[in-house]
Amino acid sequence: MERIEVLKTYKIFIGGQFPRTESGRYYPLKLKNNMTVNVSLSSRKDYRNAVIAARGAFSGWSARAAFNRGQILYRIAEMLEGRKEQFLEELKQLGYTPTAAKKEVEQSIDRLVYYAGWCDKYQQLFSSVNPVATSHFNFSVPEPMGVVAILADESSALLGLVSVIAPAIAGGNTCIVLASESKPTCSITFAEVIATSDVPGGVVNIVTGSRKELHSHFSSHMDVNAIINCNTEKDFNKTIGENASLNVKRVFTWNRNWSDEKEQGPYYITDLQEIKTTWHPIENIGVSGIKY
Amino acid sequence: MAYDFRQSPVVDQVGIEERVARFNTRSIKKGSKVQALKLALNMIDLTTLEGKDTEGKVTQMCYKAMHPHLALPDLPSTAAVCVYPTMVKTAKEALKGSKVKVASVSTAFPSGNSTMQIKLLDTKLALDNGADEIDMVISRGEFLKGNYNFVFDEIAAIKDLTHKYNARLKVIFETGEISTLDNVRRASDIAIYAGADFIKTSTGKIGVAATMPVTLVMLDAIKDYYFKTGIQVGMKPAGGISTAKGALQYLVMLHETLGNAWLDNKWFRFGASSLANDLILQLEKEAKGVYYSKDYISVD
Repeated sequence: MERIEVLKTYKIFIGGQFPRTESGRYYPLKLKNNMTVNVSLSSRKDYRNAVIAARGAFSGWSARAAFNRGQILYRIAEMLEGRKEQFLEELKQLGYTPTAAKKEVEQSIDRLVYYAGWCDKYQQLFSSVNPVATSHFNFSVPEPMGVVAILADESSALLGLVSVIAPAIAGGNTCIVLASESKPTCSITFAEVIATSDVPGGVVNIVTGSRKELHSHFSSHMDVNAIINCNTEKDFNKTIGENASLNVKRVFTWNRNWSDEKEQGPYYITDLQEIKTTWHPIENIGVSGIKY
Repeated sequence: MAYDFRQSPVVDQVGIEERVARFNTRSIKKGSKVQALKLALNMIDLTTLEGKDTEGKVTQMCYKAMHPHLALPDLPSTAAVCVYPTMVKTAKEALKGSKVKVASVSTAFPSGNSTMQIKLLDTKLALDNGADEIDMVISRGEFLKGNYNFVFDEIAAIKDLTHKYNARLKVIFETGEISTLDNVRRASDIAIYAGADFIKTSTGKIGVAATMPVTLVMLDAIKDYYFKTGIQVGMKPAGGISTAKGALQYLVMLHETLGNAWLDNKWFRFGASSLANDLILQLEKEAKGVYYSKDYISVD
């Protein structure tokens, strides 16, 4: 007797769980094998729930030892490597050639390893001890901004997603990502990878849906500290900029070719950091001979 | 009025749960939502009952009770603050000139394990310090032993005392400890007949606090008593209600069980601390049209 294949329901990823969109809405996506996927058309409320989850996860994630965050990012890479075949097949169904699919997955894994290494290093490079004229020990350190909203690259199914999530969480932020609208399936499978990599629930949240509908909500929420748009729509960027001014969110437009090896680096981490400067009173520095 | 508490009505648990599930489907939006959020804020007994309470913390909380969020005009104050007897003086002083009442827990809160003499002294201390309301606990052990007369008598004794000071009495059952809905109903009847001005679910000191089914059973007891005597009794769910959405569901239940006459902080209270900030968060969302952040609301 021939078996009936069990197909996956693509849901969304909020707070470490895979709920359906609260709106009950879907949009059909035709794959290369002529199957149709019903992809969740997430709503404003799904986004709100994701922000609550991300905010809840922030204190724990940012307080973790940097080294431990590095271990967890590396773990994501390990899990992704183990599920390579599944991603290759999914990318093929989204229109990638076998060569392009292989490159996409391998670069994604490498990028995760790259940022895993940076987790406990960027602080040293971007911190400083500052010379001041008073008897204070004065130093500056980068600290994570908080909750980051990301409108992921439309043209990339996996690498575009990984390239923005990794630097955000490497620096101790939590994030909500709107996946590529035309290539959303990989993002949910990537969410399964994250869910099995010791990443605490709520650190990464992934929703699928319409950028046109959601970009204004992504940028207006007062409990979000930064927003990254990886796309070029001019009028969206205008709305995002205006809405972001409500609580002075940091706004970034990262319209990059993520497959370029140069599009990774510690500055992607520090873009999502605020610098905290501490003035610590000390005794007379001139007498003790210590000068900073 | 003679009443055999062994004859208290038994509760249909499945029916209660189905009824509660229906309350939770009501949709309240826009103007009515704003009204309801403000009403809920106005019904809060802002509470701090911790070993680490200080005069400073109580004073700070009293300010919050009077001015929940200055950025929004026309916000009501909370109904009361709820503190330990030793903090009543501080609270009374801090709230001078406002409409916010001072409620004090008493009778060896939260366990209620002490002698009647000490419970009375505890209550007297709170009243002498100026408490407007007393939140007493019942002896759950005696209740579970079936010693209903004991529980009735202790409530009546405290009521005598509060009555002399013109203070209102809330009776806490600690519903998480008396477990069944039948017991909740029986305790409600005992407290109401013994003269409680309010019946209250929980101390907030154990894992299981106020739930909607428990509250509905207590509201039903209040309703039956009202139909029998025409006397209104207040209700105070306490503990575990921390979201605006949850609070609105309680108000729906209150409205559909007891009606408009109870939609006032004279007859309904929420015992809560973090609920206030969530209500403010939602009120700001309604005012500004975008989701708001707790970064802009005072912590306490």
